[in-house]
Amino acid sequence: MIIQQISVFVENRPGTLAEVLGVLNEHDINLRAMSVADTSDFGILRMVVNDPEKVERILRGAGYAVKSTPVLTLTVEDSPGGLLKQMEKLSAAGINVEYLYAFAATSADEARVVIKVDNLERAERTVNGETGSTGTAKEKGEVPGFYW
Amino acid sequence: MYWNKPMETMDQVQRSELQSARLIQQVRRVYRQVPFYREQMQKTGLLPGEIRTIEDIGKLAFITKQDMRDNYPYGLFAVPLAEIVRLHASSGTTGKHTVVGYTSRDLGIWSEVMARTLTAAGANKQSFIQVAYGYGLFTGGLGAHYGAEAIGASVIPASSGNTQRQIMLMKDFGTTMLACTPSYALFISETMKEMGIEPTDLSLKSGVFGAEPWSQRMRLEIEKVLNIKAFDIYGLSEIIGPGVASECSCQNGLHVNEDHFYPEIIDPLTGQSLPYGEKGELVLTTLTKEGMPMIRYRTRDLTVLYSEPCECGRTLVRMSKVLGRSDDMLIIRGVNVFPSQVENVLLGLGETSPHYQLIVDRLDNLDNLTVLVEMTENMFSDEIRRLEVLEHKIEAELASALSVSAKVRLVSPKTIERSEGKAKRVIDKRNI
Repeated sequence: MIIQQISVFVENRPGTLAEVLGVLNEHDINLRAMSVADTSDFGILRMVVNDPEKVERILRGAGYAVKSTPVLTLTVEDSPGGLLKQMEKLSAAGINVEYLYAFAATSADEARVVIKVDNLERAERTVNGETGSTGTAKEKGEVPGFYW
Repeated sequence: MYWNKPMETMDQVQRSELQSARLIQQVRRVYRQVPFYREQMQKTGLLPGEIRTIEDIGKLAFITKQDMRDNYPYGLFAVPLAEIVRLHASSGTTGKHTVVGYTSRDLGIWSEVMARTLTAAGANKQSFIQVAYGYGLFTGGLGAHYGAEAIGASVIPASSGNTQRQIMLMKDFGTTMLACTPSYALFISETMKEMGIEPTDLSLKSGVFGAEPWSQRMRLEIEKVLNIKAFDIYGLSEIIGPGVASECSCQNGLHVNEDHFYPEIIDPLTGQSLPYGEKGELVLTTLTKEGMPMIRYRTRDLTVLYSEPCECGRTLVRMSKVLGRSDDMLIIRGVNVFPSQVENVLLGLGETSPHYQLIVDRLDNLDNLTVLVEMTENMFSDEIRRLEVLEHKIEAELASALSVSAKVRLVSPKTIERSEGKAKRVIDKRNI
């Protein structure tokens, strides 16, 4: 499914990441997933939270450069080749992946992946099949739980 | 040693008479030939005939770099264009160059003052002078070149860059004098070290260094690492190029070639003339230049003038090493850079914030410019690639506008210090 990811610009120097996390902590925000992409000078902290709009407001208010971007999330089997199957579908459909990051799900046999692609709607249809479902029946039931 | 003993050691009263005669002639000429000067004088009701001695110079108005830009390219020339035999240019605040033109007689004056400069630094017919200033629109290369030829020295026109080759030339050709920027001299010495070449492998005895500010500390460093005597030379393309003033063997101030370039010191805020011995902005008048005479040009360089006689025997007034600028111009690797040029580039891109800061540092003896640019929501992206493209785009635009490369560093919003009055645009970490 498609969710809003929050990105924050952070300079590459000691303490900058802690500052952002401190702001989130002050407002009792729990991170569902995060990744940091970095160059020698700066980094981009990307995160998935329960209330992206609120977090965007908070961080902007704290003076950060913030962006909210729609990304695709998938639940894949936590076993060899689990992610491969989905990636093959995307590549067969000619969809370009800008970046992705994975994190463990609640259930021991699943993992979750956040993917930034160049054609979001088509990517979602591609991985979920023409039905527009989110994959297996079991996964479907878990979707609301993504933001727990 | 003198190149032109009568002029360099002339009695000060006699020189003052010469300056008066030359100023009278120059003012008449520009009044007749250059609309800019005529209008300036008419504005205050001043007639050329009212300039009777050099003391009257204060009656004349100043000319600034802005006036040069307003009259770009040929508006300030005082001769028909057919008489111009050379054009040089230097960078200005808006990316537009300021142009200067020389007649054949002007080039002769330039060679003369550069011959004085090089002779004072020990050059003679036997010298091998390696010119490692850039040749081209920049006046450094050709200015030193013609002066060295006038002396009859052997000139090695190496131009700037290609440091290993510079060193090879110095070693193989037996270079005795090096002409370049002081920072490049230090860079050459570092490269020599890496190549395993000792100063004793070379025949180098002295160097004439200029086109950027440098300190006494840096002089001692250059003299130590290259085992030479290092001379400071001063000039600017608006006046003639290098050769306006230079040090003698006493290394105690730079003798101004005041029979050609008349120096004054003013208070940069009020424009009031200041007496010798007081620190202020240097104002120069070209007494003999034909192509593009400059009447009371505000150099923006801060210095002090001394009239006390020098042990070397020259009676030419001396100026201290340049002590700073009365504007925010930076000289980076010999190139004039104004913070406003950076601002123009950033605003021109549309998406960047006008909050920026220039950090100048000297690494391995070379000037490095870093431009901090505040991140904005418009510029920000969740993809590293896009931000890197943005950085490179800003760097490319800056390089083209400044004629010197700059590294761009994106920083968090509102992290560049805001100040009440004038923004602190520049942090100069060079210890000069």
